[in-house]
This record gives sequence, structure tokens and C-alpha cells, in this order.
Amino acid sequence: MQASLDQKYNFEVVKWFTVASIIYLVVGTLVGVYIASELAWPFLNFDIAELSFGRLRPLHTNAVIFAFGGSSLMATSFYSVQRTCGVSLWSNKLAWFVFVGWNLIIVAAVITLPLGLTSGKEYAELEWPIDIAIAVVWLVYSFNFMMTVAKRKTTHIYVSNWFFMSMMVMITYLHVVNSLAIPVSAFKSYSIFSGVQDAMIQWWWGHNAVGFYLTAGFLGIMYYFVPKQANRPVFSYRLSVVHFWALSFGYVWLGAHHLQYTALPDWTGSLGAAVSLAMIIPSWGGAINGMMTLSGAWDKLRTDYVLRFLVVSLAFYAMSTFEGPVMAAKTVNALSHYTDWTIGHVHSGALGWVAMVAAGALYHMIMKLWNTEMYSAKLVNLHFWLATIGTVVYIIAMWVSGIMQGLMWRDYDEFGTLTYTFAESVAAMHPYYAMRAVGGMIYWVGGAIMLYNTIMTIRMATARNTNTTSVAAAA
Amino acid sequence: MSDKYHSTKFQDKIERNVFLMLIVTLVILSVGGIVEIVPLFYLKDTMEHNKNPEIVWDRQAGQTLNDWQAGDGVRPYKPLELMGREVYIREGCYLCHSQMIRPFRDENERYGHYSLASESMYNHPFQWGSKRTGPDLARVGGKYSDEWHVLHLRAPRDVVPESVMPNYPWFEKGMIDGERTVKTMEAMRMVGVPYTDADIASGAEEVKGKTEMQAIVAYLQVLGTMVKFDESKDYR
Repeated sequence: MQASLDQKYNFEVVKWFTVASIIYLVVGTLVGVYIASELAWPFLNFDIAELSFGRLRPLHTNAVIFAFGGSSLMATSFYSVQRTCGVSLWSNKLAWFVFVGWNLIIVAAVITLPLGLTSGKEYAELEWPIDIAIAVVWLVYSFNFMMTVAKRKTTHIYVSNWFFMSMMVMITYLHVVNSLAIPVSAFKSYSIFSGVQDAMIQWWWGHNAVGFYLTAGFLGIMYYFVPKQANRPVFSYRLSVVHFWALSFGYVWLGAHHLQYTALPDWTGSLGAAVSLAMIIPSWGGAINGMMTLSGAWDKLRTDYVLRFLVVSLAFYAMSTFEGPVMAAKTVNALSHYTDWTIGHVHSGALGWVAMVAAGALYHMIMKLWNTEMYSAKLVNLHFWLATIGTVVYIIAMWVSGIMQGLMWRDYDEFGTLTYTFAESVAAMHPYYAMRAVGGMIYWVGGAIMLYNTIMTIRMATARNTNTTSVAAAA
Repeated sequence: MSDKYHSTKFQDKIERNVFLMLIVTLVILSVGGIVEIVPLFYLKDTMEHNKNPEIVWDRQAGQTLNDWQAGDGVRPYKPLELMGREVYIREGCYLCHSQMIRPFRDENERYGHYSLASESMYNHPFQWGSKRTGPDLARVGGKYSDEWHVLHLRAPRDVVPESVMPNYPWFEKGMIDGERTVKTMEAMRMVGVPYTDADIASGAEEVKGKTEMQAIVAYLQVLGTMVKFDESKDYR
């Protein structure tokens, strides 16, 4: 059975993406823990340029978004597109090109970012030669995916593939427009846009990297792996149609809510805020669609640890897509903008939703790809609890510190003067910065356990397969 | 799941054809960006200097950047300031410091007049930031002495004990490269910053023998000092 599946589908490249993704999860979150610790204990900058917060922070964001997020998206999309279409990849060679190309890009990022080679645009720091490489690899990836869908054996395209496609199109738009720059040397370029236009384009990119890369793409994961793991059909087809089109159309507008009360014209910020509020409808529609897929199968949560990851990720998805519109409301944004609350919000989405749904999908794939159970189900459960607790500790620390910052900055005493200096607000953050570092550390330990469990599972499965082959040969 | 087999005709069509789905997606995904971004390039009231021309420096023929006085209006950065901005970007300062003051009472008292779009019209890329782990820097220019900035950049906790900012001892060792300064100014001109030939010709000379420390201090000291504000006026 497994042998025939291996022949029918291109699984080797998926296996490599799967393992790479887990390694990048561990590395990316480790850098995160380190820079979080730098904010709590600044001596950790060690007066070394390459280790200073401002240079490592882009490395952290690029590593978790593009290295971990990208590898898991490519692993899961290349896997599920073959399964849902009943065909192998359009081109196995191009899939390998994507694997090698993407990893070379990651290596280039790891080298250039600590050296301070940056375009200076948040979440799009990589310099122009790497940007061009990203565009090429991304287009090849998208083309290969769509051509695979085109040659499918089924009549209709399965819903997970819609979401992956939406991500591919939007990321192409965003990456190309936001990276338009004039190079002055091999590793330095300047955005062709300036000031307010540059800001709007940057946050159109910034929020939709979240909206399409980390949401639409991971919803594609959700729509394939939740029904598979629960062994139930998706709760409502209609809801997924509404979810898909409303989310695709609406998310694009949200970037402007990052710039409320700034020098961006008020109409743009308000428009972004209004659409943000409306986005709770498709977001919760999707979360409900995922959750309700389990109706009649809730008992599985007692024994199926992988399913736990998927369900809790949906809970975090629902929570952070509620928090997002709240923070986009102008009165709330006046307080929350520029504070740690934003960082907390990002991480409730990234740790709670993105990395959890990916972990669930990756565990599912490991068992299918290597045709085995996990080496240790107990360790999967331990990872689940560490990830959940780590996320909760992290976001609570950031809620408290963020709201406290916002309140301290705007506080007036009885004489009508500002109560606190800025430095006092920095000092007040220390315990929460320490708590955040601890939360991140707990999460990281969970990821490291996943890596260990994966390695042991693959070794176990490989050893067994070699045995069966030799037995078969002897017979 | 009885509804699984019932849909609108168009949706059914889309689901059967990946290329149709691609085209519909391409259209749907472009709307929001077009509506929010394109008008910013042509709506006159996006940039305050269209209504208040005094915001931008009215440079006379033959004037050099050194003829500009604080408050004369927004101008391109001097070569040393521009290279200081390079250091600012390289070190990722924008990850902890915003340069965008919002029109609130507390921000007005803490940082100064709210920021204008015109003030960053020559900023490629913009450096508004998204987080205040440290204070806003949009109007930090002139608030502290050059000596204070040097001490603070060298070892922030020597002057602000609560600070969590890294030390930047390498700023005093790094030298600004004249050739690179000229190239940067040329690139800026290509994207629309009005440097004259004379400005660019003076680039290498202006930064000769200067350290990264001197450059970043020069940059910090000009921030927010370009426009002279009339407090009774509503610029937006």
C-alpha cells in the first residue's frame, strides 16, 4: 500500500520540506527567545554588532515567517495537492528546485541580516538580490502547484487548494510591489516610494503577509488536515465558500489600520479599520467551520494528540481574529499602537494558530509519509502542553505590559502634567519582558521535543523498512 | 453534507477550472490595494505642503544645503545626515523607535507637534516604525547635546539607567565612505529627492574623515527641526 503511494505521488520532496520546517521552527523560535531576553537583560547584546537586537530581530521574523512558515506551507501544500487531486506533482524537478532555492534564500538571510544588510522595511528586510530570488522561487512554486491542480483527476478543486492559490497570488502582488527599489550596490537598495506612500505600501504588505501567508495559507492546511485527522467531512461547504471569498477580498484592505492617527490620510486609516471590524465574520465563519468539523468526533480529543493541536490552533485563531478587529477600532488603537500589545497579538496568532496548526499537520504527515506511528505519543502530548502553556504565558505578559505602557504614556497627574517619564515606563516593563522570555522558552522546548520525536520516528521507520526489505529479499 | 453538491453556477464553474479561479482571484485580490494605495499618489490633500507650501524649503538657485536654517522647511538630508540615516537603518533602530507623532495631547507634550506626511516626503524608505520600546524620535533633534548623544549611543545605561538599548561602541570606529555617499545621493535623486549636481559633487568632501557616530548624531539632530510650526494652524 505505502509502496504504491510512494510510486504514485512525489513524497520525497515533501519529506525534506517537512523535516526542514521542524528544524526552522526550533531555530527561529530560539532566536526569538534570545532577542526577548535581550530586552529583559540588555547585557546579552554583548557589544557585538551581529548579536544586537536591531539586527537579530529581522532574523527572527524572517526565520519564523519565511523559513518555518514557508517550509511548512510548501510541505503541506505539495502533500495535500497531490492527495486531493489524485495525481503526482506536475513537475517533481521543479519541486526540488523550489526546495533548494528556498533553502538557499534562507541561508542568504541568515548571513546578510546580522551583517546589517537590510532594506529597512519591517518584515521585508531582505535586500534586492534575495528579493529577486524569492520572486523566482515563489513563482515556480505557484506555477507547479497550479499545474498540478490543472491535471487533477477530480472534477472540482478541493477547498484547501483555493486557499493556497489565493496565498500564492497575493504574496506575488505584495512582494513585487513592496520590494520595488533602486539598487546602489550588490547589497543595498532604496525603496522607490517615500514617506506616506511607502508606509501604506509597506503595511499593505505587512498585514497581508499575515493575512495571506500566515492565514490563508494556513487555512489551506486547516481545510485539508482537520477533516483528515478527524476523519470527518468539512462541516459546511457553503461556509467555506463564503469564508474563502470574503477573506480573500477583505484582508487586502486591512493594512491601513496599522497607520491610524499617523500622517496617513484619515480616510485610509478609517477605511482599514471599518473593513477590519467586518473581517470578524469570515474569520469566525472559518473557525466555526473547522471546529464543527469535529462534531460527533469530539471524543477523539481524549486519545488523538495531533487533533488536539489542530483544535486548539482553531481556538487561538478565533481568539486572535477577535482581538485583531478590536485593536483596529480607532479608540483601542490609540492606546494599543506602538505598545507590546501588538507584539502579543502577533504571537497569539503565530504561536497559537500558525505554529500549532502546522505542528498538527506536520505530525499527521510524518505518520503518513513514513507509514508509521510517532516514536512517542507521550512526547506529542508533552509538546502540545508546552506549546499551549508557552503561548498563554507569552501573550499574558504582553497584554499586561502593552496596556500598561499605553496607560502610563497617557497618564496625567493632578497638576495636569504627564505622570511618568518614558524611562519609567521602560523600567516597569522589566518583569513582563522576563516573563515573555520564559514563555517563549517553554514554547521552544516544545519545538525541540518535536524535533527529537521526529528524528526518532524517522529512524524507527527507516530501520523497520530496511528489516522488512531484507526479510523479503531473504525469502 | 447534502449542501456539498449545490452551489451557484458561477462558483461551480470556478471550482472546475483552475485558470478561471486564478483570474477571479487575481481580480478580487487587487481591489483593496488599488483603492487604498493609488489615490495617495494623486490626491492633493495627502501631502500638507500642497495647501501649506511653506512646509517645504523654497531653495533659491545657487543655495547649498548648508545655507538652510532650522525651520526653513523640509529639505533633502545633508550628506552626513543621509549617511547617519544609513547607520540608523542598518542597526534596525526603527524596530524600537517610531518617528511618527500622533495628534494626542500626551504625545504633543512628550514629543512635540504631530508629524506631517510632508516631513517624510524625501524618506526612502519611510522610518515611521511600529513600536516604542524606546521613545519616539520624530522630533528628537535639538533636545539633547551632541555630547549627550555620543555618551548615550556608546553606553545608554550610563546616562539613562532604565534603558534596554544595546551599546553601539562600533560607531566610533566605523568611517563614512565618500564614494558610497555619492552613490547613495545619486540613487536618492533617481527616486525623486531633489539633490542638485553641486550637492552630489560635495558629498564625498562633506563626509571626509567623519565617523559613523558623527553621522548618526547629525541625523538625530536634524529630526523634526525642518519645519517651523504655527500652533494655531491645523495642517491636516
